[in-house]
Amino acid sequence: MEIIQLLISGMSQGCVYGLIALGFVLIYKATEMVNFAQGDLMMLGAFLSYTFVSVLNFPFMLGIIAAIGSMAAIGAITERLAIRPMIGEPHFSVLMVTIGLGFIFRAASGFIWGSEPKTLDTPYAGQILKINNIIIGYENIVILMATILLCASLVLFFRFTTTGKAMQAASQNQLAAMYVGISVRKINTLVWAVSASVSAAAGILIAPVSLIDPQMGFIGIKAFAAAIVGGFGSLPGAIIGGLIIGIAEQFAGLYLPSGFSEVTAYIILLIVLIARPHGIFTSMHIKKV
Amino acid sequence: MTILQVENASISFGGVKALQNISFHVKKDEVFSIIGPNGAGKTTLFNLISRIYDLKEGSLFFKGVDATNLSTHQIAKLGIARTFQNTELFEQETVLNNLLIGNHIHRKTSLLQEIIFDRKTRNQEMEFRENVEAIIDLLDLQAYRYQKISNLPYGIRKLVEIARALSMKPELILLDEPSSGLNPEETEDLIFQIEDLRAELGITVLMIEHDMNLVSQISDRVMAIADGQTLIVGHPKEVQDHAEVIRAYLG
Repeated sequence: MEIIQLLISGMSQGCVYGLIALGFVLIYKATEMVNFAQGDLMMLGAFLSYTFVSVLNFPFMLGIIAAIGSMAAIGAITERLAIRPMIGEPHFSVLMVTIGLGFIFRAASGFIWGSEPKTLDTPYAGQILKINNIIIGYENIVILMATILLCASLVLFFRFTTTGKAMQAASQNQLAAMYVGISVRKINTLVWAVSASVSAAAGILIAPVSLIDPQMGFIGIKAFAAAIVGGFGSLPGAIIGGLIIGIAEQFAGLYLPSGFSEVTAYIILLIVLIARPHGIFTSMHIKKV
Repeated sequence: MTILQVENASISFGGVKALQNISFHVKKDEVFSIIGPNGAGKTTLFNLISRIYDLKEGSLFFKGVDATNLSTHQIAKLGIARTFQNTELFEQETVLNNLLIGNHIHRKTSLLQEIIFDRKTRNQEMEFRENVEAIIDLLDLQAYRYQKISNLPYGIRKLVEIARALSMKPELILLDEPSSGLNPEETEDLIFQIEDLRAELGITVLMIEHDMNLVSQISDRVMAIADGQTLIVGHPKEVQDHAEVIRAYLG
């Protein structure tokens, strides 16, 4: 019984890692850069949902949609103002910009919302589902369902819409995409919007479990590990990488000496990098010249 | 009727003048070839026309529209398609998907219509598929429809790139060394295929090519360039026999 409960809480934690990892991978695939402010975008999403739902008293679903929508706008604006001017600059400089953005987002949210942890009021807070002896919190069920829903809509978006197909095209070959008439710049802005809203969804989902504060974005580092475990170029890989780390953490917390749980993500990362240096789901291919 | 006009195009990289005062025009329905030794600036000229590089001086007109300051994807929308010397394809996709994305500029549906997959979207998908199938038939690519690009031999990839350019329904196609890397039979086929582009689809061809046999067989006019400057524009025979062209090639 304990095992099933651990599995479920591990999976829900893993889904959150996976969604942030998805944000990393989306941007990486489109622009070949790593956005180290991804966790902070998640944090902003959580704060915005808190603002809409708990401060402005929006109905719950409307507040969530407003938060995700605002994060899409923030993602797009960030790309337009901070990332696009960096086109053509060395990868390292772009990476520094994203680290800087992370500091700005944390400072700004500390300034706006204070460093006191906040809680998001959810209609499902504290409710539990009891099957025989297994007790599952509603938060966990919501996380699992929402992740499945989100992933399914992303799959449909990429497979069936023009914009989704154009994004895939641009991520495979920017030059070719431009020549078939795709505006790669517009696509990059859009990718940031999608990535920021996926991260925001992660933040909103984890808010009832963890509490919202400006430092919560640091779990982005674990999500980064999840993305690498998954192959850092594979969208399903990101989710599965997240699940592996989430579940392993829960089990390490119970069966291993204290402290192991916190480093499980990195231990898995090291093992995967040694055994399969390109990650579990390799989609990267070395470009031949 | 002139379809493409390049006037006094100049560009330099650092201190190197890659192109100096190049002027020429391409007439509708002709096959116009550009020849010249390696490093003459042929591909640079293509990159100028497809707006990867900015013109330092000069101007570019397509169908009478000033295209000097348009961006690459706008050039595509205007009706200019292109292939590359070493092919730029979507490597992880099938031949079919590569051709379908070529229809991108002809999309008329909104995101909402695509999400609900309404009648207009369905008709559009069908129309695109028919368009692509016609091109597959024209270039004899039936056997490769569902194959991934990365698994295909070089000659077929070059053909797929031409097919993708055609699925954009362009008025002008730029072919960058279409015969490089092809075997003699494939080159022989290429001659007929380029003839077909013009005869069946009414597409004007602007081509960079090294194979003088191919150039003289299908070109209406030829421009020879060397060291970023025009040597001569004229009929294939005339250009081939030109003293400066011979000197440029032999050093």
